[in-house]
Amino acid sequence: MKTRRRTRWGLMLGALLWLSPVTAISADVDKGKEVANTCVACHGMDGAGQAQGKFPRLDILTADYITKQLHDFKDGKRNSPVMAPFVGMLDDEKMQNVAAYYASQSAQVPAPEEADDALLKRGEQLALHGDWDNYVPSCRSCHGPDNQGVGNTFPPLAGQHASYIAGELKAWQSGDRANDPQNLMLAVAERLSAEDIEAVSAYLAAQPVK
Amino acid sequence: MKRFLAVSMVLLSTFSVVAVQAAETKVPVNLPELEEDKYQHQAPTMADLEADESIHSELKRVIRRGYDLFTNTQQLRGKNVFNDMNCSSCHMGEGRMPFSGPVWPAVTTLPDYRGKNNHVNNIEERISGCFSFSMNGMPPEYGSDDMVALVTYHQWLATGAKVYDTNIAGRGYGSVPKPAKAPSYERGEKLYAENCAICHGADGQGQKVDGKVQFPPLWGDNSFNWGAGLVRLNTAAGFIKHNMPLGQPGSLSDQEAWDLAQFMNSHERPQDPRFEKSAKHTREKYLNFHQHTMYGKEFKGKVLGEHNNTGEKPFLKPDVLRPRIFE
Repeated sequence: MKTRRRTRWGLMLGALLWLSPVTAISADVDKGKEVANTCVACHGMDGAGQAQGKFPRLDILTADYITKQLHDFKDGKRNSPVMAPFVGMLDDEKMQNVAAYYASQSAQVPAPEEADDALLKRGEQLALHGDWDNYVPSCRSCHGPDNQGVGNTFPPLAGQHASYIAGELKAWQSGDRANDPQNLMLAVAERLSAEDIEAVSAYLAAQPVK
Repeated sequence: MKRFLAVSMVLLSTFSVVAVQAAETKVPVNLPELEEDKYQHQAPTMADLEADESIHSELKRVIRRGYDLFTNTQQLRGKNVFNDMNCSSCHMGEGRMPFSGPVWPAVTTLPDYRGKNNHVNNIEERISGCFSFSMNGMPPEYGSDDMVALVTYHQWLATGAKVYDTNIAGRGYGSVPKPAKAPSYERGEKLYAENCAICHGADGQGQKVDGKVQFPPLWGDNSFNWGAGLVRLNTAAGFIKHNMPLGQPGSLSDQEAWDLAQFMNSHERPQDPRFEKSAKHTREKYLNFHQHTMYGKEFKGKVLGEHNNTGEKPFLKPDVLRPRIFE
């Protein structure tokens, strides 16, 4: 009887160990909120970001994606004089915690400035259908249905600030951002014209967040 | 010497590559040059359709419907489609682009004799072939609204193209010369993890978002079946070399494309709808096709395709796969 019970507990413990990712430090959202005091000036406590400053909203991103970006700022794969001093203050644990905190938020973001119809139409073309004559696949072919993101690799674009999206596409073109897997984004970004970037950014920013 | 020069020039023109963008791009589009001596056609875009005032509004509506079916074939899931594929999964770039399986040549070259089924096919039967094999499905009926809409989209893409010129530049996926080393599953496996798994998954089963197919599976129950054109290693090598990874055509070497094709097509997938008796027997019967595939061959101690698994499809063979005798 005793042996049987022990076996049962052993099985349960085994199941628990199997279910939890043993190697990962489990992130602490409350501690992440404290860390977020470092980020609040630009990203807000709810992760809304600021369109005028090109500061991205963080609430729509996954924790793993945010953590990777923080590491990439620190490693120089994303060259940002603005972010550099802040990521310098964060160790791995703080990065994970603050990422978990922002990923758990749901921000209030003011509607984007109105853009003209022709611009939005070009943006919709690029976002949903691409520009194949220029070997530009649609955004959604990687970023998912309605550009709401796919897993931790392809971030959501719908509802992100236009200024931020445009700034990042230009950063890829200039080489300031080089942290995409297999140059998947670089290949597309460098085929976009300045007008394409303005159009696709305006369209994506105007799309609802799921 | 003259002959040598001529051969070199042909080689030069065949292997020189086109950089679509200016030279300073870090990820160029490396596609073979479209051969000058072959027929070239620029298929129209959907924006061209909207701008064309000469096309009747009802025709526009049906072309749009065909485009919608072509790019979102999953709307026919469970009726005509029994896997995770869309037409546009393999015919990249809306079926318009050279080396991406452009579909307008099917309109300008058919009806014609097809070795695959040993009789004369028209465009409807050709599209039915895609449904029977690549979509592991049941083709929409000849003359049905969905079939007519698909044909209409195909035919409109061929607007202004020369009929019955079969010497077409950029047709299919383009051929990739057989590499120096025999294609290797093991090298392909490693290359797959490095170049493909990010989208198609470590297990090759693709990815879904909210139940919708985002990246198609490359083998297994929800991929194309053993009778699909892409099962041929040479065809797969061409597709991979000139279309993958997405946005980076021509980034892989010929050897890498063949190794990846070997890896992808050494996995199991739903049965060839033409199956009779055994995979080995079926391979022999359709050897003009299967000489290029792994089907019916032994791999890792098993004969590939030796099973009665039809995937999600509750039958083996759609009725439209039948001989024609024209008598």
